[in-house]
Amino acid sequence: MATLAGVFIFLTIEGVPGFFQEEQFYKGAGNFWGYVDHLLFGTVLAATIALIVAVPLAFGIALVVSHYAPKWIAGPVAYVIDLLAAVPSVVFGLWGINLFAPKMVPIYDWLNAHLGWLPFFEGPVNPVGTTILTAGLVLAIMILPIITAISREVFTQTPVLHEEAALALGATRWEMIRLAVFPYAKSGMVSAVMLGLGRALGETMAVAMVLSGGGGISFNLIASSNPTSIAANIASQYKENTPGTLHVLIATGLVLFLVTFLVNFAARWIVAGNDRKMAR
Amino acid sequence: MAKSITVDDLDIYYGDFLAVQGVNMTIKARSVTAFIGPSGCGKSTMLRSLNRMHEVIPGARVEGKVMVDGQSLYDNAVDPVAVRRQIGMVFQRPNPFPTMSIYENVLAGNRLNAKKMKKAEADEIVERSLKGANLWNEVKDRLGKPGMGLSGGQQQRLCIARAIAVEPQVLLMDEPCSALDPISTSAIEDLIHELKSDYTIVIVTHNMQQAARVSDETGFFNLKAAGQPGQLVEFNNTQKMFANPDNESTEAYISGRFG
Repeated sequence: MATLAGVFIFLTIEGVPGFFQEEQFYKGAGNFWGYVDHLLFGTVLAATIALIVAVPLAFGIALVVSHYAPKWIAGPVAYVIDLLAAVPSVVFGLWGINLFAPKMVPIYDWLNAHLGWLPFFEGPVNPVGTTILTAGLVLAIMILPIITAISREVFTQTPVLHEEAALALGATRWEMIRLAVFPYAKSGMVSAVMLGLGRALGETMAVAMVLSGGGGISFNLIASSNPTSIAANIASQYKENTPGTLHVLIATGLVLFLVTFLVNFAARWIVAGNDRKMAR
Repeated sequence: MAKSITVDDLDIYYGDFLAVQGVNMTIKARSVTAFIGPSGCGKSTMLRSLNRMHEVIPGARVEGKVMVDGQSLYDNAVDPVAVRRQIGMVFQRPNPFPTMSIYENVLAGNRLNAKKMKKAEADEIVERSLKGANLWNEVKDRLGKPGMGLSGGQQQRLCIARAIAVEPQVLLMDEPCSALDPISTSAIEDLIHELKSDYTIVIVTHNMQQAARVSDETGFFNLKAAGQPGQLVEFNNTQKMFANPDNESTEAYISGRFG
């Protein structure tokens, strides 16, 4: 709590001047909001892609490990997933740009050819694959272990009593999971997603390395120029730190902090809202 | 609706471990059958094998036959899920679903069977089941409240209402009163008496007075010897069992000279 407050105070003191710097520091954007809006957009977009891909997958894996697979498979699978969490993000970045991105190009070509009428796959296709979609997918792999590990943990803690109650009513395994496991694990699942989202929003190196940024706000997921993310932008701009730039960068950090905080708060509120509805 | 159960030379295993051996009995329809015996002698395992709930534990299997009105429970073609829909169960500790209201708890089983139900139909099932479980008058004004807000005895009756809402053929009860106070216990026992006219009831209990009070027939289980599998020592009319049992060890157990 104290650390959180300390970080917030630092960001506010150092960042607020960043809102009012001279125009030159905003790289032609004119003012702070013009500078930060596409960064914010890029951050949220990459994190959203990551969550859309990772969350169902992570819950699926966690359920298989906790309730479907026999022990001799479940153990090793859980272990491998946990190992993924230990891979440094620089390694994910290297892998993403050297191996994953080029491999994605044919898929992007296909998406563009067949689903090009959707704004997401409008093209023209990025020839090296360093798109926001690639960044989002790399992020998805990075946040998968934490979401899987936490949700697996809460799934396995479902009281046997409730599971048996469902099974004795003639629930299939999936119905038992819906009836007993999910309601019990709901808040843990939200926490898991929030931690994953926090990591996706704040992830720096992998995004900075994989994404060819510099673009504006666009839903085109496979183009050459993409909106970059706040954290990646701070990492790449930090070396040319004049005091003015630094203030601007810290201000973008403050924006990121507030967004993360708001998302977290909103999620808690939704969960609490469901519980309130029950209590009535 | 209520059906009889025939158990024929049943062995129950957990993996390689033989838990219960060589059980033969016939459980009559529309009667209460009690299983008594010391802890760890396989009563609960036996009860759970009647609706295949013991299979929740990996490696559990049976040899022998369990027939419900001539239909074998352990045929390859029989789905354990279907068995459990026909044979309801009430557990030792009340276990209403914590996130559901009283209303939804009663309907949980019905919602699994038929996805769509009209409101009037659902209301009718809830009222009938709660009345059947002697709980309606206590909860009719707060059906939307969580089931966990009730007292232990009320929760257990809610679980009974949930089990009878799907109109099962048989109702299994695994020490349904062991977590309850004497007043709630007597409420449940009264309820068992009433339910007997519609259902076949099998109850496991540690309380011999309870077995004597509620049951028509009683089965006494015991281990053959320490480390040996459990077995059915005697199965008899309850009155005879408690007055003049055929087997010496039954008499020893019932009169408190043992166990």
